[in-house]
Amino acid sequence: MSEGDIMVKVKKILLDVLKPHEPGVLEFARTIAAQGDDYRVELTVAEMDDKTETLQLIIEGADIQLETIVSAINSMGGSLHSIDGVDVVNVKPE
Amino acid sequence: MPQLLREIRQFIAISQSHDIARRYFVVNGFDGALTMLGLLMGFYFSEDTESGTIVTVCLSAAIALAMSGLSSAYVSEVAERKKEYRELQEAMVTDITGSAHEKAARWAPLVIAFTNGLSPLLISLVIISPFLLAPVGVVFPVGLFESSLGIAFSLIFFLGVFLGRVSGSFWLVAGLQTLGIALVTTLLIYLIT
Repeated sequence: MSEGDIMVKVKKILLDVLKPHEPGVLEFARTIAAQGDDYRVELTVAEMDDKTETLQLIIEGADIQLETIVSAINSMGGSLHSIDGVDVVNVKPE
Repeated sequence: MPQLLREIRQFIAISQSHDIARRYFVVNGFDGALTMLGLLMGFYFSEDTESGTIVTVCLSAAIALAMSGLSSAYVSEVAERKKEYRELQEAMVTDITGSAHEKAARWAPLVIAFTNGLSPLLISLVIISPFLLAPVGVVFPVGLFESSLGIAFSLIFFLGVFLGRVSGSFWLVAGLQTLGIALVTTLLIYLIT
C-alpha cells in the first residue's frame, strides 16, 4: 500500500482547556460544536478559580479539524493546555 | 448571519455591557429629564418665556449633558475594562490578544459611552419637542409649556416603571416614586422662584 492510499481521520479528541468564566460553558460548547457539521461535544468543568475555569472537552466527529477547534477556543479567550487523548482511524479511500 | 449573531451574543455576555448600558440609560436619562423639567419650570415661573430662548437654553443643556455623559462614561469604562482585561490576561497566563475579550474591552466603552450620552439628549429632545415642532405648524391641544411638562412627567414616570420591571417590583409604585421626585423638584423650584 502506497503512502497516498492512507487517509487518516481524527474521530475523537480529549482536550484540557483553560478559559475565562465568560462565555459560559454552554456557549463555549456550542461554539466548538458549530465548527463541524457532525461534531459532538462533551464538556466537563474540572476546576474553577476566581477568573478562570479548567475544562475537559471530548469532541467526536467524522473528521475533526483540530486547528479550527483551537482557533475557536482562542477566539473565546481560552487556551489549549494539552491533548490528553485521541481516537484516530485510517479510512480507506473508495 | 448565525455566526455574526453568535459573536454579538458572545460580545454582550463577555462585556456584560447590556446591564451596564441599561443602568446608564436610566440614570442619565433621568438626569436629562429632571434637568429639562427644572429649566422649563424656571422659564414657566419667570417673565421671559420666549420660545426661541427656551429652545436655545434647553438644547444647550441637553448637548452639555450628552457630552458629559459620553466623555465621563468613556473615560471610566476604558479604565475599568483595561484593568479587567489585564487581570484576565494574568489569570490566563497565555496571550489572549485577538480574543473576544480583547474586542469586548475595546468596544464596550464606546457602546456604553454612546448610550450614556445619547440617553439624556434623546429624552431632552422629546421633552422640548413641542417647542421644536410648533414653529413648523404642529398644533398641540394644550399650551407648549403644558405639553412639554406633561411629556417630562410622563417620561419620568415611565423611567420609574422601567426600573420597577428591572428590579421586579410593582411597576406602579416604582413609577410613582420617580414621579414623586419630579414633583418635589418642581415644588423646590416653585419655592425658590
